[in-house]
Amino acid sequence: MLDMVNSVYTWIQSQYLIWTLIKILVITIPLITAVAFYTYFERKVIGAMQIRVGPNRVGPLGLIQPFADVFKLLLKEIILPANSNRFLFLVAPIISLAPAFAAWAVVPFNDFLVLADVDAGLLYVLALTSLGVYGIIIAGWASNSKYAFLGAMRAAAQTVSYEIAMGFALVGVLILAGTMNLREIVLAQQGGIFDWYWLPLAPLFVIYMISGLAETNRAPFDVAEGESEIVAGFHVEYSGSAFAVFFLAEYANMILISGLTAILFAGGWLSPFEGVPVLGETLLGEHSIIWFLAKTVVFMFMFLWYRATFPRYRYDQIMRLGWKVLIPITLVWVMLAALMVVLGIVVKGS
Amino acid sequence: MQRIMEYLRSLLLLELLKGLSLTMRHMFRPNITIIYPEEKTPKSVRFRGLHALRRYPNGEERCIACKLCEAVCPALAITIESTQRDDGSRRTTRYDIDLFKCIFCGFCEESCPVDSIVETGCLEYHFENREESIMTKEKLLAIGDRFESEIAENRKKDAAYR
Repeated sequence: MLDMVNSVYTWIQSQYLIWTLIKILVITIPLITAVAFYTYFERKVIGAMQIRVGPNRVGPLGLIQPFADVFKLLLKEIILPANSNRFLFLVAPIISLAPAFAAWAVVPFNDFLVLADVDAGLLYVLALTSLGVYGIIIAGWASNSKYAFLGAMRAAAQTVSYEIAMGFALVGVLILAGTMNLREIVLAQQGGIFDWYWLPLAPLFVIYMISGLAETNRAPFDVAEGESEIVAGFHVEYSGSAFAVFFLAEYANMILISGLTAILFAGGWLSPFEGVPVLGETLLGEHSIIWFLAKTVVFMFMFLWYRATFPRYRYDQIMRLGWKVLIPITLVWVMLAALMVVLGIVVKGS
Repeated sequence: MQRIMEYLRSLLLLELLKGLSLTMRHMFRPNITIIYPEEKTPKSVRFRGLHALRRYPNGEERCIACKLCEAVCPALAITIESTQRDDGSRRTTRYDIDLFKCIFCGFCEESCPVDSIVETGCLEYHFENREESIMTKEKLLAIGDRFESEIAENRKKDAAYR
């Protein structure tokens, strides 16, 4: 019996395609489940912050609520607006969803659990996160609706502006780590909580999170949706499962940005207690995937926290913040990071 | 100098941190939600809900078709037709309230000289067809019979202030 299992196992491993597919499923299925429960988590957290209870009717504590929502959306009719571009209209949600999932290919869960250990991982992630906005732009254009078009234009301008600040924030990480491989970036942060890059790159860390919010079109940067000004922005005309895919994309993007923040600035799977005298020698001091997941959840929580706290930025304020505040700060801090490496304050790649 | 200080302060995101700490503190407060079907907020004895026509204890309907409520109704929701009954008293043959027109102001209740038309504390009702929104005399009397004890009790509590 064991022999058979073993031989099947080795056969599967020899079949590159099947093995990769299995790995992809192992990443994707928990991710979709996480997205579903993230929506529930959001409603509960924001509810608590507004002294409400949040969903509590479907299942114990409302835990089945995300599934009820999914089935509701799947069973609804997809309405194709007259004079819309049908092909682009239907392809847009997929374009916005696909990059959010594809980027997980290079995300290292721990030292060896990574689908593709690519040397240019960071570049790949940066490219894919900016691809997502095409879905929004195409959706806005294909709907043939004024509100959707306004939302799309806003999303385009916003993403272009914040992409630069985000890119520079990542340049800081690159300078300190000396590599674009996400796994090696995490390994370069070894040595406990104060060796992670959030400390030497504190301003870049904050700016990365701010531009992450803008990149995912989340509150307080949700002008692309702006339900009080332009109804629902780019997805006014969407309904049913097409809308569900947009919804999924937004939350998948948030999880992705949280995971990336954990990897780039908070030491990925590294334990914060590494090197601490007593705690470091217990189970808490061990590096494991659980630390990575815990950090990701913390950053995911922050997305919700910001949404519960801040009112929406005005469009011109967003532009001013991006171009006149964030980009200059990142430019200065990138230089400082380089200085830190040259002067040996932070040792490059260790 | 002051401008520079202000600039630095906004750069450190102090205001934002203040806001974040506020929401965080609220997160751990016990929530004030009333879980509706299981829990209900207390209602005033003067609550103006679904209408009812009352009867005297001997079963005689109170309404004398004076049409004061019809006259006072600001939404023109009440329609009354009356006739002389065999015993010589004036009674309604038709007493309709269109609940889609009604604004629940309570003027009908105030104007009624015999305390016939009243608004009960009942707020949990629905219609499944459009025409059901018109409360006929029979329906109103039935509601009155159903809630009579509650109505009488609320009147007694409020009597001192009327």
